[in-house]
Amino acid sequence: MGRYVIRRLLQMIPVFFGATLLIFLMVNVMGDPIAGLCGDRQCDPATAAQLKKEFGLDKPVWQQYLTYMGNLFTGDFGTAFNGQPVTELMADAFPVTIRLTIVAILFEIVIGITLGVITGLKRGHPVDTTVLLLTLVVLSVPIFVIGLLVQLLLGVKWGWIEPAVSPEAPFDELIVPGLVLASVSLAYVTRLTRTSIAENKRADYVRTAVAKGLPRRRVITRHLLRNSLIPVVTFIGADVGALMGGAIVTERIFNIHGVGYQLYQGIVRQNTQTVVGFVTVLVLVFLLANLLVDLLYAVLDPRIRYA
Amino acid sequence: MSTIDKTATVPAPRGGDHTGPLLEVRDLHVEFHTRDGVAKAVNGVNYSVNAGETLAVLGESGSGKSVTAQAIMGILDMPPGKIPQGEILFRGQDMLKMSNEERRKIRGRKIAMIFQDALSSLNPVLSVGYQLGEMFRVHQGLSKKDATARAIELMDRVKIPAAKARVSDYPHQFSGGMRQRIMIAMALALEPDLIIADEPTTALDVTVQAQVMDLLAELQQEFNMGLILITHDLGVVADVADKIAVMYAGRIVEQAPVHELYKRPAHPYTRGLLDSIPRLDQKGQELYAIKGLPPNLLKIPSGCAFNPRCPKATDLCHTEVPPLVPVTEQDGTELPGRKSACHFWKETIHG
Repeated sequence: MGRYVIRRLLQMIPVFFGATLLIFLMVNVMGDPIAGLCGDRQCDPATAAQLKKEFGLDKPVWQQYLTYMGNLFTGDFGTAFNGQPVTELMADAFPVTIRLTIVAILFEIVIGITLGVITGLKRGHPVDTTVLLLTLVVLSVPIFVIGLLVQLLLGVKWGWIEPAVSPEAPFDELIVPGLVLASVSLAYVTRLTRTSIAENKRADYVRTAVAKGLPRRRVITRHLLRNSLIPVVTFIGADVGALMGGAIVTERIFNIHGVGYQLYQGIVRQNTQTVVGFVTVLVLVFLLANLLVDLLYAVLDPRIRYA
Repeated sequence: MSTIDKTATVPAPRGGDHTGPLLEVRDLHVEFHTRDGVAKAVNGVNYSVNAGETLAVLGESGSGKSVTAQAIMGILDMPPGKIPQGEILFRGQDMLKMSNEERRKIRGRKIAMIFQDALSSLNPVLSVGYQLGEMFRVHQGLSKKDATARAIELMDRVKIPAAKARVSDYPHQFSGGMRQRIMIAMALALEPDLIIADEPTTALDVTVQAQVMDLLAELQQEFNMGLILITHDLGVVADVADKIAVMYAGRIVEQAPVHELYKRPAHPYTRGLLDSIPRLDQKGQELYAIKGLPPNLLKIPSGCAFNPRCPKATDLCHTEVPPLVPVTEQDGTELPGRKSACHFWKETIHG
């Protein structure tokens, strides 16, 4: 197990360099970063040239990348368009996004798995049909439509929530945005759990558990759920990474100053440092989340052993 | 080890003052309501088992032998399964009239079941110790620690080497024979009155089959349990069973004490089964096989269900369902325990 973890961690190194290089090149293609600094007006050519020299933008791209990586390892992620260090932006943005992700994951686990178990056990029942239809609606409607609709109805029309989240973004203000962020994954978790439960319900070991005279509750929680949740846990684990980076739309709609918001600003202002810095951290989060899922998999299913 | 002549050493019957047979199945019917129609899996089965007795239920796949067992255990999928009529008396009480909770308490504690494929029948993600201990924890309220100690005892009992070291292993870490021993241990855990073994040796190789059957017979004798052995292996039956019920298309077509059935079958289907056993003295000859296929349970042939495959079928067999009647000697003396559901049983047994 230990050797497996070390191997996986070592595998992350090339992935990390590959991913950052790719992002670096892509951001370079985006356009002239100096133009962004001057806002909407045309830059003075002399100032532009001077700024280029100052930021090292006159050098070839590979040299820029090496300089950037060199700085990265000393903890210097560069400065954002407003002169703030990117690390400071991260310190502000990540706690907010982590809170949002926690809310979203909790919704996925509590609502998604509960609905999945109910529908899986009652397949063909009206409850099952209704939930299935609802998940289909959620899956087919784009998330920004859901988000804007919820904001319009709950926030503006009925005034149940504040339409925009305050900069501190405490947990209670993140409930509705978290639900919106979780909606698509929640529908997936419901369907995944449902299929898994319905399939395992007829498994021989469940029949054995019934034949042992165990109460129905115990059969479901200890025997049926334990096996059925393995694929679901895998999905939710991988989703942690996806939710953290994929909150751009939700964070924009509810004006949450998290990772997605900063990334969006970085892209709009053509600020290489912000975009590459944030994406690099997200890549790391994603890799670690995946490693955790793989390790969890071995804990949940003893037939899987890593050597 | 002989397991047939055990009447002399039978200990006193355990529990209850009920005197009749331990389990009695009366006119049991089971149907499955499917999209294509109603599949009649069991059509009026009667049999009984006493304490310490082994009943072998023999038949092809789809003859209803497993479904009958599942109905006794109360683990049929309902729906689509349905029991339109019949009684299953355990110590004189009809289990079909009991509440779910009453039946649950009988399952595992009074009647236990051993399944065919131990690998898929054991939970892959729980250790065998946990699965064995669960019996004690749920039915007797033992603590986790005590339950594990009992699980180790059980594993010793069914002769699993190094039980203590292996108690926290998972089913996939055991060999096929050892896994089946764990299934047996689980069924034995609470010393039930009756064990139903549904093809317990089918998934095992021949040498292990013999070991597992010997173990089962030995434990059965020790605890004086009733045993219903469901199988399609005539070789297994001959060694351990006291009496045999042969099933075809959801009905019992012949019932007899074990050795008499082998000597003189009273039904053409039984004869066909016996003739299709490979024999050394007929080496080189073509092996006999019963013609045709088992009937479609959605439309069982009219009259005797076996008539399309029977070499002796007449017009009578197409119209009249033969009842299960007692079989007698040629001079009319009774043959105890023998019954046949063939219009021409006389010709078959004495012919």
